[in-house]
Amino acid sequence: MTPPQAGWADHPAALALAGRHRVRVWEPIPWVLALTFYFAFPKHLGFGTELLVTILFAISLDLVLGYAGIVTLGHAAFFGAGAYTVGMLAKHGIWNEPITGLILAAVVAAAVGLGSGLVLLRTHGLTLLMLTLCTMALLEEAANLAHDYTGGFDGLDSLPIAPLFGVFEFNPLYPKTQYLYVLTVLFVCFVFVRTLVYSPFGQSLTGIRENMLRMHAVGAPVRGRLVLCYALSAAIAGVAGGIWAQANAYVNLGTLGLDRAATVLIILVLGGYGRLYGAFIGAVAYMVLSHFLSKIYPTAWQLGLGLLLVVIALFARNGILGIAEAAVRRLRTPHATL
Amino acid sequence: MAEALALRHVSAGYGETVVLEDISLVLSPGESISVIGRNGVGKTTLLATVMGHTTLHHGEVMLGGVSLNRVPVFRRARNGIGWVPQEREIFPSLSVRENLEVAARPGPWTQERVFELFPNLGARLSNMGNQLSGGEQQMLSIARALLTNPSVLLMDEPTEGLAPVIVEALSAVLLRLRGEGALSIVLVEQNSRVALAFSARTVVMDKGRIVYDGESAALGADPDRLAALIGVAE
Repeated sequence: MTPPQAGWADHPAALALAGRHRVRVWEPIPWVLALTFYFAFPKHLGFGTELLVTILFAISLDLVLGYAGIVTLGHAAFFGAGAYTVGMLAKHGIWNEPITGLILAAVVAAAVGLGSGLVLLRTHGLTLLMLTLCTMALLEEAANLAHDYTGGFDGLDSLPIAPLFGVFEFNPLYPKTQYLYVLTVLFVCFVFVRTLVYSPFGQSLTGIRENMLRMHAVGAPVRGRLVLCYALSAAIAGVAGGIWAQANAYVNLGTLGLDRAATVLIILVLGGYGRLYGAFIGAVAYMVLSHFLSKIYPTAWQLGLGLLLVVIALFARNGILGIAEAAVRRLRTPHATL
Repeated sequence: MAEALALRHVSAGYGETVVLEDISLVLSPGESISVIGRNGVGKTTLLATVMGHTTLHHGEVMLGGVSLNRVPVFRRARNGIGWVPQEREIFPSLSVRENLEVAARPGPWTQERVFELFPNLGARLSNMGNQLSGGEQQMLSIARALLTNPSVLLMDEPTEGLAPVIVEALSAVLLRLRGEGALSIVLVEQNSRVALAFSARTVVMDKGRIVYDGESAALGADPDRLAALIGVAE
């Protein structure tokens, strides 16, 4: 192999790659806001923790749906796999250290993603959609039947999660530790996903989403890359599930349910998929709207969300972030003509 | 030396439907041919069969003496088949540079070389695929195929739908490519004037079969025969 020549870092391709990974001026904003939330709303850190976990889960879905174009209705299978890994290990006294527990959750969810992806990703369209749904339903029913290990319908509660670094307790009433812990994990996972989608691997995922046949024809091992992407996404969803179980000291069948899978899909459509930050915007919009709409109209609050989703799907297919991007584009090119 | 590309008694099509019947064709390394014929006679299917996008019912497709019959599409590309599809199929959400990067593999064709061939692309690196004109998209499509560093380049009607001035420019590029070392080119072209000028050898197809395989000059010099074969007098 030829060693890199002197000045290779100045090569246009290397500069272009570095340019893609460059941190934009506005990118620290969500993280600053998340830290501000910690100090400004100490009584709502439980809500904040739930929000951050949802963002993490939505980012994992964005990787497969937004970048690779894999339409799935069963992503909660991986969230649940991670949650049950943490829950069962802790409840049965096998392992309760939080960080290594999350790594195990990621490994188990990735294994489920890899195994199911190898079979499922041979299909497309409606078949794939149905199979992802079936896989999740199978896992949910398996968790229900394996009552001795999973707690069945009742789930596993009062999980004895060890203090973080042996010092910081997970207090369910004052979830300061949970909030900062989830925020840190979200940041690490986000940096990983961001690096991935801006890498040549990420570019090839976009190519696969836009024209699979063409990617075959330029020599890309399409199925291998889709399976790898699916497994990586499953691992991140597993981390989201695992950290949700740790933060709540609780896991139940809801982590594997259609409700959770559909909600995260709605969040991504709302925020804008294939945009990284769409997960942030969508999760905040969905959860804040849910919160206020349920206060205003407790019996039919989902009607408001449904209407908003219809409007977004009809008139703003790139979600809230897409609307913002279009507005910025229009401002930058005021004299653009068709 | 092994032939660059060979089809031996190939019958192929889409599912149960047979489009190509008993096609035999051999290309030497560095040799270029033009494939012409009426609409719907199987020219695109011929290229798709080499690429592996069709159902092979009978016969053998070989690249450099190695059978491709059981080789998946992406391996064919990696083994040295480049494809410029009729619809160009640029990735709209990727920039020009990214469109090239997703295909690039080590070899004599580098980005610098393709920009030398298509200076317009070098000037539009940051533009997205859907911001290019038809001619630029075609250039990008050819550049992307070249960056896979193929030994055989399949080009499906590259001049289709382009303005005459762009067709002239593209024809000049095609002629330059024809002289590139060991690169073999199969050019499928509706424009018989471009096709006959491109290569010394021309294949005419009709109803899924090869009905002429010979010198381009001889065919060009016999308008009646050309008209009889492709149905249009040039």
